[in-house]
Amino acid sequence: MSRSSLLVQVGMLARRSVVRTLRQPAMVVPSLVFPLLLLAINSSGLESVTRLPGFPTDSYFQFALAIPFVQGALFSANSAGTNVANDIESGFLNRLSLTPLRRVALLMGQLAGILALGLIQALTFVAVGIAFGEGIQAGVPGALVIVALSLVISLAFGCIGAFVALRSGSGEAVQGVFPLFFAALFLSSMAIPRDLIEVHWFQTVADWNPVSYMLEGIRSLVIEGWNGEALALGFACAGGLALIALAGASSALRTRMVRA
Amino acid sequence: MAWRNIHKWLTNPAMLLPSLLFPLFFFTAFAGGLSRVDSVPGFDFDPGYTTFIYAFVLLQASTFGGIFTGFSIALDFESGFARRLMLGATRRGGIVAGYWLAALMRAAATIAVITAVAVVAGLNVNGNGIDLVGLYTLAVLMNAFAVLFATGVAMRLRTMQAGPAMQTPAFLLLFLAPVWVPYDLLTGWVRAAASVNPATLVLEAGRGFLAGDPTKVLPAFVVAAALAGLTVLWARGGLRSAERVA
Repeated sequence: MSRSSLLVQVGMLARRSVVRTLRQPAMVVPSLVFPLLLLAINSSGLESVTRLPGFPTDSYFQFALAIPFVQGALFSANSAGTNVANDIESGFLNRLSLTPLRRVALLMGQLAGILALGLIQALTFVAVGIAFGEGIQAGVPGALVIVALSLVISLAFGCIGAFVALRSGSGEAVQGVFPLFFAALFLSSMAIPRDLIEVHWFQTVADWNPVSYMLEGIRSLVIEGWNGEALALGFACAGGLALIALAGASSALRTRMVRA
Repeated sequence: MAWRNIHKWLTNPAMLLPSLLFPLFFFTAFAGGLSRVDSVPGFDFDPGYTTFIYAFVLLQASTFGGIFTGFSIALDFESGFARRLMLGATRRGGIVAGYWLAALMRAAATIAVITAVAVVAGLNVNGNGIDLVGLYTLAVLMNAFAVLFATGVAMRLRTMQAGPAMQTPAFLLLFLAPVWVPYDLLTGWVRAAASVNPATLVLEAGRGFLAGDPTKVLPAFVVAAALAGLTVLWARGGLRSAERVA
């Protein structure tokens, strides 16, 4: 199969995925509103935490701005999983398996909608950060890097959602895994820098949790400027997770298409 | 009714896990991650941050135990079960009472799990037995308020699509209170919202019971009882609405 044919396949499925995602306000609106609502509440409710010695900024809004990007990506995981599960439950995937469509085209096409949603989220959150906060310390290039990192994070969680859906074939299973994604966010450096976490076991979990590094990559651009180590760790964790989840989803898709 | 709902809850992981796990996540994330907050100048809660957060999570678990029961009611209407039930029941108020009993048992189970985890994590209770009775009575009143509110919504709209209409007001009520720091340390618009939020009184009274220093007890009970009382009327209106289409 030629490369152009593959691109056509990816393009067609990507178009369907993007349209399907954007046509569902129930998928788009909560993924924007809830992270922003939590940001608004947290930034005002936890402002006094910035008085702790060693806290990296005097504005909790600036510190917490990284959270919506990851939280939005968690919604993406749910959306990606639910979409794929719907395709399985409705028999769409079975019909596709009878065509000469390539697996990679199917997977990339399915994830395109999530990337479109991730882009909308990232642009919205950057705009909110600029409008209501003290701006992005790393400037316009930094804002672009935030959007790029945010897309990789969305892809990573989207692939995990797709993997769960392909393995289980059930939307209910995807919903059941959703709390675990939130656990990953809560057990990270979401609310306070890792070196200020007092409880030892929590600090250890946060140190091993890749979500901590995704948050810190975005956070470094917002409050510090350019920090190569934080960015490298952020991209490595998000990219690594995306690759592992993509491989898992691809393998699960192969099994499912053989079954079909 | 209560047994049926409890059985469904216990045997359906998709219903059981989120209602148990979310309050636990909140507790571990905030008691663990934010424990340093008790070093912030002006933080004056002697039993410590774990106990401070426990009061909120207790309130959250009891409230959301009620809200999640509203989801079950909506699901029963979608499946047609609730309509058949209403045709068969001689006293339909018993249906609402059954759902409330189920909500109470759900909340009690969740609170038991959270309390066990909190004790392991270092929950420090300075209050005596009477204080604890006061604390858990407030939790029961908030549970009644939440389930009656959710019942009113579910019986009027009769669809799972009504989920956000049940969840969002409860979420705002709880999170626009002094969740992570005492009221005096709140700043900005959340402080303004907390000053008029009835949940602030309930939360502060609950923390007072835990600290062995009861505070704002009467206003808290009046507010919690008033919320529960108002939602009795709201739920009764919902029941009438459901009866018209049954």
